Amino acid sequence: MASKDLMPVRAGFLPLTDAAILIAAREKGFAALEGIDLILHREASWANIRDRLSVGHFQVAHLLAPMPIAAKLGLTPMPLDLIAPMALGLGGNAVTIAKAHMPKIRELLPVGELGAGPAGKALAGLVAARKAAGEPPMTLAVVHPHSGHNYDLRYWLSASGVDPTRDVDIVIVPPPLMADALEAGRIDGFCVGEPWSSVAMARGAGEIITTKSSIWRSSPEKVLGVTGDFHRREPAAVHALLRSLVRAAKWCGDRENFEELSMILGGAPYLDQPPHLVLQALAGRFAYPDGTEVRAPAFFMPYERAATFPWLSHALWFYSQMARWGDAPWSVENARAAQSTFRPDIYRAALSGIAAALPSANAKVEGALDVQLPVGSSQEALVLGPDGFFDGKVFDPDLVEAYVHDQMGGKGV
Amino acid sequence: MQKPLSVLVIDENGPRAAIIEAGLRAAGHDSVTVVNDMNGIARRISDIDPDVIVIDLESPNRDMLESIFQVTRVVKRPVAMFVDSSDQASIEAAVDAGVSAYIVDGLRQERVKPILDLAVSRFNAFSRMARELEEVRNELAERKVIERAKAILMKTRSIGEDEAYRLMRSTAMNQNRKIVDIAESIVTAASLFETGKK
Repeated sequence: MASKDLMPVRAGFLPLTDAAILIAAREKGFAALEGIDLILHREASWANIRDRLSVGHFQVAHLLAPMPIAAKLGLTPMPLDLIAPMALGLGGNAVTIAKAHMPKIRELLPVGELGAGPAGKALAGLVAARKAAGEPPMTLAVVHPHSGHNYDLRYWLSASGVDPTRDVDIVIVPPPLMADALEAGRIDGFCVGEPWSSVAMARGAGEIITTKSSIWRSSPEKVLGVTGDFHRREPAAVHALLRSLVRAAKWCGDRENFEELSMILGGAPYLDQPPHLVLQALAGRFAYPDGTEVRAPAFFMPYERAATFPWLSHALWFYSQMARWGDAPWSVENARAAQSTFRPDIYRAALSGIAAALPSANAKVEGALDVQLPVGSSQEALVLGPDGFFDGKVFDPDLVEAYVHDQMGGKGV
Repeated sequence: MQKPLSVLVIDENGPRAAIIEAGLRAAGHDSVTVVNDMNGIARRISDIDPDVIVIDLESPNRDMLESIFQVTRVVKRPVAMFVDSSDQASIEAAVDAGVSAYIVDGLRQERVKPILDLAVSRFNAFSRMARELEEVRNELAERKVIERAKAILMKTRSIGEDEAYRLMRSTAMNQNRKIVDIAESIVTAASLFETGKK
């Protein structure tokens, strides 16, 4: 065992394709090269990961990006000091609707169309028809209240003319149980990270109608959560871990490695799912019941487009949505606190000197890029975008208050 | 006298839940409900209206449960056991044992602590039992393999039972391996020859 000279760092993760960077860092030896014995613990719930970070069982974890923000704003059941010095990729989620509703959806949305606009229209049509017929509202599931899934889904529904607080019921279901719940008719649809939509499709329980990468292109999903205590005590180890994770991200982002990566991720200690499903999820290729295979462009990006950079504008967008949906009260102080959990300064300090793309800014206007654009970067060349929201709206991190005000119809802020 | 606390145990592991329930009843808690199935849990919780909810940490449904507490307010604002507790050791003991508790806000910590302590000790006892059971199972399996290997040796080399056993033991000692490993090799090899014959 070479691990006796390595520093043990314990990380919790949930069985999702976007845990790929952490898993590759261990399995492909990137962590060990930096002197870290990265010990991975698969957990059953985000609540467990949070609790085990809190009691010191874990120093770091695969986390939903809004979780460190929620902790900072006092929304967790116990005080928890967490920072996010790195993101774990962009995109990777899909919206799936139960088989029973698909004939109605397909009247408006042909197979092969995954655009959030047309898919939103089709779903809005179904919601309106059910309402007119006096049927109960549809139940849609997400994995956690403070999650990209919840905020992306709500954003998409709203912009499609569906009020997520009144026209549908949004409930929480753990990722591995989504397909079961859909099959059993307990929910009508869900938004979840892969491979759980692909698993539901393979079982014939439902069909993917759109993806996170279409609702908001190049959008943030998971982050590396680090306890404040671990960062204060072992800053050098945090830097070493970040370097190894960025190298692992680069390896994960290389299509040539997808097959090997899908074999690793599919293994029993990780996702415990057939590798071919994981491979589809990595590549954003979905197999429909009629035999069509549809590709979602730029579905999951572990490395490209600065996918591991913890943008302050991403933290602020999540906070804007927490305020919008009443999860946290709006205030300038809260916005500042939310932003302070994302730590591009640590990311920069860790990666200076190694060949990784470092953007020259810490925040960007989200939705400003319609096409790919080479941007200012030190070290490796960097191309950003496209990064637009499907409804064409723009999020300027300097104008958060106006954004939230506008989204709440002029009320509340 | 204080109103007895109503305790809800959510554990998909039926035998373990039964052990916790028995323990709580033995400690004088008469109002204990066990739920093994998460279907319609929000409704169940609102019907039962518990003061304390004990849940195993292996349940993937904790996130759902917490959101039910936050969003629908079906119960009187339950909070995680950890809140207000300065007793870091008992929190760690609970997480180590794999159990967590939610209590109604405002309930005094000292009334609830014995319940969590009991759940922790029962969870630990259950894990110990499961571990011991596994060991017994392994031991039985090992004995079976040795018996089969012995029978194979007796048949192929026309020797007695004692001699067959001695042969395996001395081979194990010479090769510095366990007797069950030698027995396994014999059984595997024999099954290969069997297949070859067909």
